[in-house]
Amino acid sequence: MLEIRDLSASIDGKPILNGIDLVVPTGEVHAIMGPNGSGKSTLSYILAGREGYAVTGGEVRLDGVDLLTLAPEERAAAGLFLAFQYPVELPGVGNANFLRTALNATRRARGESDLDAVQFLKLARAALRDLAMADDMLKRNVNVGFSGGEKKRNEVLQMAILKPKFAILDETDSGLDIDALKIVAGGVNALRGPGFSALVITHYQRLLDHIVPDRVHVLAGGRILRSGGPELARALEESGYAALGLEAVSEDTAAMAAP
Amino acid sequence: MSAFVEPRDPIQAATEGGYKWGFETAIEMEIAPKGLSEDTIRLISAKKEEPEWLLAWRLKAFAAWRETSEPDWAKVKHPPIDYQALHYYAAPKRKPGPKSLAEVDPELLATYEKLGIPLRERAILAGVEGAGEAETRPDVAIDAVFDSVSVATTFRETLAKAGVIFCPISEAVREHPDLVRKYLGSVVPQGDNFFAALNSAVFTDGSFVFVPKGVRCPMELSTYFRINARNTGQFERTLIIAEAGASVSYLEGCTAPQRDENQLHAAVVELIALDDARIKYSTVQNWYPGDAEGRGGIYNFVTKRGACRGARSKISWTQVETGSAITWKYPSCILQGEGSVGEFYSVAVTNHHQQADTGTKMIHLGANTKSTIIAKGISAGRSNNTYRGLVRMMPRAHGARNFTQCDSLLIGDRCGAHTVPYIESRNPSARVEHEATTSKIADDQLFYCRARGLSQEDAVNLIVNGFCKDVLKELPMEFAVEAQKLLAVSLEGSVG
Ligand SMILES: Nc1ncnc2c1ncn2[C@@H]1O[C@H](COP(=O)(O)OP(=O)(O)OP(=O)(O)O)[C@@H](O)[C@H]1O
Ligand SMILES: [Mg+2]
Repeated sequence: MLEIRDLSASIDGKPILNGIDLVVPTGEVHAIMGPNGSGKSTLSYILAGREGYAVTGGEVRLDGVDLLTLAPEERAAAGLFLAFQYPVELPGVGNANFLRTALNATRRARGESDLDAVQFLKLARAALRDLAMADDMLKRNVNVGFSGGEKKRNEVLQMAILKPKFAILDETDSGLDIDALKIVAGGVNALRGPGFSALVITHYQRLLDHIVPDRVHVLAGGRILRSGGPELARALEESGYAALGLEAVSEDTAAMAAP
Repeated sequence: MSAFVEPRDPIQAATEGGYKWGFETAIEMEIAPKGLSEDTIRLISAKKEEPEWLLAWRLKAFAAWRETSEPDWAKVKHPPIDYQALHYYAAPKRKPGPKSLAEVDPELLATYEKLGIPLRERAILAGVEGAGEAETRPDVAIDAVFDSVSVATTFRETLAKAGVIFCPISEAVREHPDLVRKYLGSVVPQGDNFFAALNSAVFTDGSFVFVPKGVRCPMELSTYFRINARNTGQFERTLIIAEAGASVSYLEGCTAPQRDENQLHAAVVELIALDDARIKYSTVQNWYPGDAEGRGGIYNFVTKRGACRGARSKISWTQVETGSAITWKYPSCILQGEGSVGEFYSVAVTNHHQQADTGTKMIHLGANTKSTIIAKGISAGRSNNTYRGLVRMMPRAHGARNFTQCDSLLIGDRCGAHTVPYIESRNPSARVEHEATTSKIADDQLFYCRARGLSQEDAVNLIVNGFCKDVLKELPMEFAVEAQKLLAVSLEGSVG
């Protein structure tokens, strides 16, 4: 279970998150929607432990563990996974090598033994097949020269191999063609079950047609302004944020509302 | 004139700090008195029972050395070196010339074992256990040089059957005087530069390789240099000759004890490739770099040069330079034979207060000669890393080509990276291409790796190894793994 309580954070003194409350029970998938610049990626980076943010209040727990005190790699070891909105290129680093290093780091954290190259390849090939990706993806350097859609699929490949407890997918659907969208959704759905939960950040209902969320939250001005069932996403898609009275709160208002 | 070196506790020395090769071997040594004069040279020459011509050759070098002064153009700084305060000869006491491994002092065998270089005629090379994939390692013949002398050379008989000579150069002087006399100094003349002249005057040991016409050397050859004695310079000399159609791959490794004072290492390496011959020369240089505050470390002033004398010959230098307080080194190729090829692949890592000024010279004399330079510099801490490279196209180098790629990676913001290319073309049909980049390890890259569960250090290593990949893949496979580990050790504590 992921519990976010009254989380506030700023960058260079500028408040971005203004008291976020959000609980994702184990086994559930929640969607977050919200206007550009409302703080969705900021939230996912803070959950994953990126530096450069000042957390000014609140707390985050994953199955009771205080996430905010952990280093990024410790959060990954605790079962957290972030599929990046903008995956990062690693020149000269082979995708297979990267994946195997990441997997073995994760396995060690769980007290499991390392996989050797042969065992790893078997596992990776199966994951590639499930995601309809070509084997040569493993030979290429991490995200270097990948198309936008390939980068997103590569994130899902990593997720499929690392098998996290909790995944955050930050606009993993953006830039995907229709077939790829289905495949990626299939990759998420394959992990769904009693031991897995996820936060799916998206701008579009079409992803949620394939990954049907248990709850939908609207993030605007750095706070959750409304929560509902899957129908909330459809209503947003039809009328937009403004019609529902969910425009971003201005900074001043947010600052005044903060305790 | 021989001195007895007090035994020290090697274990204690080995467990201090991050440099894992910093221990000292307690062994009875024969050491020449400090100072450099004609007498010192006569003494070295006598110790080695050298012929008259070589003594004369050394004395001529000494005269040249006294006429020259230390080069001042490199971007390195150090207090003046007192050449009279050094020992120029130090050798473990032993029965003269052990002929088999069984006769080598067990203390020395133990030293090399501990360094990860077991001197056994078995198909393993150390420092690579736990590398993962089970692969059978090819045989590697090793010449082990301890301070001033070679203490063991393995696989000599196997090599001899193939017609390959691989032995200490001092032995080659005795056993193959015509070859040594013909080629010694023919690529790097005695008076070439200050350090080469010094080496020519006082060189003590090193390896000699001769691969006769048409022979492919059946295994990797390797020399492992170890400085042990205090206040002693190491001046080794390596000479490799590949006759027409011959080929050989040679690798050198080096380490030294961890000490607060600086130590001088001034080597000369000469390579000669005749028609269609191939020489691949790889270096993993891991001399003690000094501590985090810049105390101690080796001053590494080295002249390495290869002559592609024959048509279509090829000389390829690959170096991974992680050690030394100062590195001054420009492995070069003289491309004389028509269609000959020179290559230089380099990774130079500097951390803390290390200074590296390294690069290459590609001198194109013949038509259709080709050279490739791939240089990767990684700077961390307060270190300075300079690439200095010369590409010269001479008037007869019709259709010659060079491609140079020079990349610098900065870790932190207190280090420096500098690129100094010199390009001279005297032939309008010759082409020279130069590309250079400088980058930093981006926070985004580190975070991406850490979000996937890699520790900060593993993330740095992965990114650094990716940056160096084009060079590391040129190393013989079993050494590439070792080189990767070395990069990791060298950059320990460089981030965060
Ligand atoms: N490093 C930074 N420095 C300054 N401002 C930043 C920084 N990172 C984010 N911001 C600001 O924080 C706000 C939230 O950005 P964030 O990326 O979290 O939005 P988002 O909801 O993910 O938007 P999108 O839907 O466009 O992806 C924006 O106003 C953005 O400009
Ligand atoms: Mg975003």
